[in-house]
Amino acid sequence: MEHSKNLFKHTKKTNKTLTGWLFIAPAFLCFLVFLLIPAVMAVGMSFTSYNGFTEAKFIGMDNYTRLFEDTYFLQSLWNICKYVLMYVPSVVILSFLLAVLLNQKVPGIRVFRVLFYLPCLTSTVASSMVWKWLMNPQGGLLNQILSALGLPACAWLNESKTAMMSIVIICVWSTLASNIMIYLAALQNVPSSVYESASIDGAGKLRQIWQITLPLVAPTTFFVLTMALIGSFQVFDQIWVLTSGGPAHATTVPMYSIYTNAFRESQLGYACAQAMILFLMILAVTLVQQKFNKESLV
Amino acid sequence: MSENQKRLDRVRVGRNMKKGLYKAMILLLLVFFALVFFVPFYWSLLTSLRPNDEIFSSGLKFWPQHVTWEHYEKAFQIIPFFQYSFNTLLITVCIIVSNLLFCSMAGYAFAKIRFRGSKLAYRLMLFSVMIPSTVLLIPQFLVLARFPLVGGNNLFGQGGHGFSGNFLGVVLPTAVSVFNILFMRSFFISLPNELGEAARIDGAGEGRVFFQLYLPLAKPAMATLSVFCFQAGWNSFLWPSVILRSGDFKVLTQGLASFTVNNSVDYGPMMAATVCATIPVLLVFLFAQKYFIQGIAFSGTKS
Repeated sequence: MEHSKNLFKHTKKTNKTLTGWLFIAPAFLCFLVFLLIPAVMAVGMSFTSYNGFTEAKFIGMDNYTRLFEDTYFLQSLWNICKYVLMYVPSVVILSFLLAVLLNQKVPGIRVFRVLFYLPCLTSTVASSMVWKWLMNPQGGLLNQILSALGLPACAWLNESKTAMMSIVIICVWSTLASNIMIYLAALQNVPSSVYESASIDGAGKLRQIWQITLPLVAPTTFFVLTMALIGSFQVFDQIWVLTSGGPAHATTVPMYSIYTNAFRESQLGYACAQAMILFLMILAVTLVQQKFNKESLV
Repeated sequence: MSENQKRLDRVRVGRNMKKGLYKAMILLLLVFFALVFFVPFYWSLLTSLRPNDEIFSSGLKFWPQHVTWEHYEKAFQIIPFFQYSFNTLLITVCIIVSNLLFCSMAGYAFAKIRFRGSKLAYRLMLFSVMIPSTVLLIPQFLVLARFPLVGGNNLFGQGGHGFSGNFLGVVLPTAVSVFNILFMRSFFISLPNELGEAARIDGAGEGRVFFQLYLPLAKPAMATLSVFCFQAGWNSFLWPSVILRSGDFKVLTQGLASFTVNNSVDYGPMMAATVCATIPVLLVFLFAQKYFIQGIAFSGTKS
């Protein structure tokens, strides 16, 4: 009797395990084949001279030592640092301020929310093309506005000095919307009674934003910051469409270098090593940021 | 009216004026930024409708003098627009369907079925979110191009071109997204357990509990998930340009990007193509606006 009860329990349990795994099987299989295995492959390939045609040969650290003599790759690392330093603070600060703006009670606010969301809808390729035209030195809208204001014309994407800044402007413009909406959702979770009691205590609007809103949405800031950091290191679409890494390699970023090395020059092993370096950079930055965040919260 | 009452009124008027001024300032800022976000689209629409000589000489005129459709005709000659749109639609629909089915199944299992190994599988997926797509680009390409017994490949993945150049090559790596699994899991966790337990006591199998009880309740979450997948599928560029390098099958973003090749300055057709590529997304957005915003709100609060 006791035995059969146990047996029953046992089969029920294995049955449940089987159904559970059957439920996750398709997803898990995809995950295994297209994510986990490639991730392991990437590490392995970075130590080989694989070119896509001949047998992969193990060459130890050769790819990595080569990286540090490759001036184009070093240039791309320097470029991406410049990009991240300009892009990330702009996105975080602007999206917070614009979300505060969209959270005000004024007529027509719903229409404004839709308008602010527009850039998020287009593909990065489409919006990059629009901006290529807007930033065209001759006849482009931006230079026409500059000249109407009596300011000197700018070469935007066509000059190595201003090219990266122009890319940053375009990327901020096209990614701001989703971050604004994330902040807006967080702001709407803040009960209005908090502000009411603050204004009774005589706190001005700006002080309310600085001393109440900002600390209350700190977790959202952390999320937006993390996503912006991880995303910014992998910028590619805009570079591909707008500058192809030029002029004079001023906008060559690691992703672009990886793409050209792997798929134009068939140096897949070497490109994997570049990808690993980029991965380590992202990992290091997010770890530092997380540690910093934990300390500031305590 | 007493002196006190008058003074009180004056204070009130002053406060109202301050409030009005504050609101006007807010509105002004809102209008300014709305223009920043809207004008680029409007300007590209204008450019696409202007004759060539007007494009460069129009100055700051925000209304076209002459409207022409020639750029649209030319854009449709340069790239097979409808073919590319259809290709993109096909890929997007496949991504949506497979994500809806497989991610909600996995999300449900993680949320409602206690089974051996579920924690390990879940942790593994959670960890994988950290891996940037950069690292996966090349090996994913190899896995798909060397897929056994597909596209002329033999059992060892040699001889053919596998999934490269095939629309399934675009779909497969995005057929299941870990983020969507986490999304569905957290939705199913919010549904009561009692619902399934009652049905199980009545002898319903797990499949029936899922498909007939829980899945119908998950409609709003599934709508949001479809919007995620639609945006990702319709707008993706890097991966399609890697896996579809060879062959004739191309997606819309690739077609768009081909306008910028050779540093072309033919802005009329270029803007016409951008306008045409954006309209479908705009239409979907107008109909499913609620789910777009919900999805983004979720991704923020989930953190």
